[in-house]
Amino acid sequence: MTGLEFDVAHVLAGGLVLVSFMLLYQDRMYPLISVFALQAVVLSLSVAWQAFVQNAPHLFITASIALGFKAIVIPVALHRIVHRLGIHRMVEPVVGLGPTMLFGIGLVALSIGVMLPVTAQANSLAREDLAFSLAVILLGLLMMVSRHNAVSQVIGFMSLENGLILAASGAKGMPLVVEISVAFSILIAFIVIGIFLFRIRERFDTVDLQALQRFRGGQR
Amino acid sequence: MAIIADLLVQGGQMLLVLLLAPLLTGYLRKVRARLLRRRGPPLFQPYRDLLRLIRKEVVVADGASWLFRAAPYLIFAAIWVAASLVPTFAIDLIFSWSADLIAIVALLGSARFFLALAGLDVGTSFGGIGASREMMIAPLAEPAMIMIVFTLSLLARSTQLSFVVAFMSGPDVGLRISVALSLVALIMVALAENARMPVDNPATHLELTMVHEAMVLEYSGRHLAMIEFAASLKLLLYVSLISAIFLPWGMAVAGQGIEAYVIGLAVYLAKLVLAGFMLAVFETSIAKMRVFRVSEFLGTALMLGLLGTLLLFVSRNL
Repeated sequence: MTGLEFDVAHVLAGGLVLVSFMLLYQDRMYPLISVFALQAVVLSLSVAWQAFVQNAPHLFITASIALGFKAIVIPVALHRIVHRLGIHRMVEPVVGLGPTMLFGIGLVALSIGVMLPVTAQANSLAREDLAFSLAVILLGLLMMVSRHNAVSQVIGFMSLENGLILAASGAKGMPLVVEISVAFSILIAFIVIGIFLFRIRERFDTVDLQALQRFRGGQR
Repeated sequence: MAIIADLLVQGGQMLLVLLLAPLLTGYLRKVRARLLRRRGPPLFQPYRDLLRLIRKEVVVADGASWLFRAAPYLIFAAIWVAASLVPTFAIDLIFSWSADLIAIVALLGSARFFLALAGLDVGTSFGGIGASREMMIAPLAEPAMIMIVFTLSLLARSTQLSFVVAFMSGPDVGLRISVALSLVALIMVALAENARMPVDNPATHLELTMVHEAMVLEYSGRHLAMIEFAASLKLLLYVSLISAIFLPWGMAVAGQGIEAYVIGLAVYLAKLVLAGFMLAVFETSIAKMRVFRVSEFLGTALMLGLLGTLLLFVSRNL
């Protein structure tokens, strides 16, 4: 492992965490989708660099799946959904931007603090990728819980999955079949969520999930 | 003999920043005007303004205390010391042991403190508004700056600016995302600290959203000259700091002889020209943001600095 190989991997994985923060920060619909596409591009670059470094050609396939599906197909589909739902001009009230960001930084610190000690035996590239991917996953979860809008929650879910791919690419010996099946299940999940979005919209005239709160069973 | 030469070089740097600071301001105004297709004032106009202000009579408000009179000199002294500590054309000068990044932040912080006090001292509403806004910016800009300092010092294993610069120009620095994050954060902090465009408009004197100009509204004559001079020195300081840390090439090392110094000086001037041009382009292409968005802007800088430090820990602990 030479210095440059590690440095490039570090920059790309760190960039992924940074783009996660940009997702957390962004409160408009179309830029949010663009940032999500950017994250997919950074992810595919990172995976491609891993493929090059580890000399594992099947990771190139993973990278191209990430680039094709998550940087092109899903953002275009999301654009269409947002346009058809008519929420493309909406500025979403993000709950407490400052606290959310601080919480996000705390999550990054947590994932670094957890991942580095437990992976002491692995090589440095895998350790770093695991730490950063846990950070991306936690940030995706944070995005899912801090947003009201269903579309932003979908984007949070997808960015969570980006973290999973980063973790998988760092670990050696992940079979290609698993990765392809994960990619397809994400696509299926996306289609199902898309259908649900329109159902929610039809039923409640909004995609703000706060509207669903009143259907929760009351305590007796 | 050697120590005299060293002292001369150090003194030369102190004079150099003093001489170049108004020129940088004038150059910036010129480029901005040319980009707006205006002719703009001549390059040396800031020098003339300063001389004219020094010759003019000082008018002091009735309610002003001694602090109001002393503050301009204190501010100027603190910023001049800070600006002459930042390496410009050479590193390892004789006083470079004192060129500590934390000391520079502290000097700038005390200058800001006195400026805010002077703004409050006269008791006019504009001064008070300016001071309170400055104090709204400060608690976000200073931690962000300290975070950047932490990142750089963790990387170079020293808070001394000469070591940091030598480390950044060496081969050990590698490609690191922390460095990129701290560059972006430092540029954002520099824009806020110098009251440049997205945060404050330096070209206005009567606007409800002004910050820096509101505090110095009551000053006149040589006091105003000191404050304006200090403002342009501060701009030069930040440009030198950014170019010394992130574009460290071409710097002379003390004791290399005259040629190295001349080359270092030429490279430094080129860096100033480049940085001033980029700042002018940036300023003309962006609109001023609302005062209450400044905290978000600086919060982003703080977050980038914090993230840079965190990411550095990952690569250090492997």
